[in-house]
Amino acid sequence: MDQKNIGRHFILLGFGCLLVSITFGLVASLQYVVPHLFGDVLSFRTTRPLHVFLAINWIFACVTGVAYNAWPQVAGRPLHSYGLAQIHFFMHLATVLVVIIGFFSGTFSGREYLEFPVWVSGLIVGYWLLFVYNYFKTVHPDLRGAPVYIWSWTAGLVFFLITMTEAHLWLLPWFNDNIIRDVTVQWKANGSMVGAWNMLIYGSSMFIMERVSGNTTATRGRTAFLFFFLGFTNLMFNWGHHTYVVPAHPVVKQVAYIISMTELILFANIIMKWRRNMGSQTPPNSVLTVTFFSIADRWILMNLALAIAISVPYINQFTHGTQITVAHAMGTTIGINTTLLLGCVSWIVEQSVSRASRKHIILASRWLHWSLLVFWCSLLVTGFIRSAGTIGSLPFVRITEQMLPWLRVFSLAGVALVAALVAIIISLVKPILVRTDVA
Amino acid sequence: MRKIYFIVCLMTTYIAYSAWVYTGGTGSVVKMESAAQNGKRIWQRSNCQNCHQLFGLGGYMGPDLTSVTTDKRRGANYARAIILSGGNNMPNYHFTASEADDIIAYLDHVNKAATANIR
Ligand code: HEC
Ligand code: HEM
Repeated sequence: MDQKNIGRHFILLGFGCLLVSITFGLVASLQYVVPHLFGDVLSFRTTRPLHVFLAINWIFACVTGVAYNAWPQVAGRPLHSYGLAQIHFFMHLATVLVVIIGFFSGTFSGREYLEFPVWVSGLIVGYWLLFVYNYFKTVHPDLRGAPVYIWSWTAGLVFFLITMTEAHLWLLPWFNDNIIRDVTVQWKANGSMVGAWNMLIYGSSMFIMERVSGNTTATRGRTAFLFFFLGFTNLMFNWGHHTYVVPAHPVVKQVAYIISMTELILFANIIMKWRRNMGSQTPPNSVLTVTFFSIADRWILMNLALAIAISVPYINQFTHGTQITVAHAMGTTIGINTTLLLGCVSWIVEQSVSRASRKHIILASRWLHWSLLVFWCSLLVTGFIRSAGTIGSLPFVRITEQMLPWLRVFSLAGVALVAALVAIIISLVKPILVRTDVA
Repeated sequence: MRKIYFIVCLMTTYIAYSAWVYTGGTGSVVKMESAAQNGKRIWQRSNCQNCHQLFGLGGYMGPDLTSVTTDKRRGANYARAIILSGGNNMPNYHFTASEADDIIAYLDHVNKAATANIR
């Protein structure tokens, strides 16, 4: 493995995970419409965990690749240890392979989002420690006077370790034998873990925005830090809106509600910025990055509106445990995380993307946006039907029947979404494979 | 420097808040019996949360089971029958009668904890 190309290997691993993930996602969605599709060989019991695990790994592998590419540039010196980064890569690859084999053979720990056997978590924490070590040794982050992306990376790296540990507290009887504590801590750990990976993605995106615009004051300014602290506070305390139905202490819910509503500030700011930016110029060599980042901007707006709505306890009691939560989850992981990461990868490879390919990617990005909109709306409608059926005490089989037409729309939109993603991946992977000096 | 103080305060609040959530904030009065503990192990090993939610946590193909054992329309006997035989989209796991009893004990525990006050 060429020492310079560690970032590129992670990005390729990420794209591999994404391709396999969306294939299983598509099969899982078809299994809603055609029960027993593929029988026991590849049932929903295998496809859903594989889809979700690989989708999360796409995000992690890609952001790792972007970070390994960015850190030497930020620090002005090479990565501290390529050897450790290589070990990190092979450990990450091994985790992905082991988990895929495990899921096919039906080995589960049965914890939502971390369904793989517990010892795999040891492997994940192991490679994360290598990643963190390389970050501190390469970047030497000194928070005093540092730009906001250094704060974001540091917070994301550290909080992933904290939340990953927290998610395993159930191994202790104190947590495992008290279902209220177990469920609360699961929501707490998983909710904050999403916040941690967002910190890594936002950090990388802000670094790239700085490079694209050439403006180094914005990432050191008051507004940037206001939003960093807002995001960080949300990471630590916002998870509680998932626990409105859990009979934990009322204070947990009150704290969550107040913190969720601070997101309104973020919301207002995005709208204002949006208006101001209309009609501004795009640097010619960053067209793809700007295209993806502006799609992310739209999805931040829509998902935030949804998140704020479902954080209101009265609304939450109807939406919780329905496909509206799935809309929230996939709306953010596709609409925001995936588009930001595609923008980051574009920034790395854009110089070597041919004109024709750029046109294809821009076309596919529009396709991605619109198919995602249909995908997202169909999940919202499915969720409403489920909620109405539950309130009306309909048997679950009847509710499923009523949801079916919208689940078909969901599957079809999923096909369109997969087509757009595949087109984008092919165009972005080509320059990575051809040029060895890229990333 | 102000930013550093601020982050130290935030982290301290976070640690204190987490400690409270782990203890007083979630102190349930309902004890988990050994049948329920075994039921939980089977629940996890069989990955039931892939399709079912408890307190809204889990996948969405199947119904939420938080209160299935006392639900007027469903109830423990119905739940036990489905667990033993499977359903339309619900797989048949070929559980023994005692495994099914333990899963029901676990679901019953969840239901009791859901309706009890915390300490
Ligand atoms: C592949 C998805 C899937 C998995 C995995 C699964 N279930 Fe189900 N389950 C369903 C669906 C869907 C229903 C609704 C009835 C139907 O369509 O078969 C259901 C119904 C039930 C019911 C009856 C409740 C009702 O309202 O109808 C119980 C109880 C139940 N499942 C328990 C379990 C347990 C315990 C496990 C793990 C051992 C499990 N399920 C695993 C999909 C699943
Ligand atoms: C970049 C692409 C994607 C990402 C990052 C992604 C991510 C996710 C995540 C995080 C979940 C868990 C949701 C939750 O538990 O609330 C999920 C569930 C799911 N996704 Fe995706 N997804 C992607 C694309 C797709 C596509 C193209 C399809 C196919 C139509 C699909 C179908 C599903 C299905 C069926 C579920 C399970 C929902 C359930 O539990 O019933 N996903 N996805």
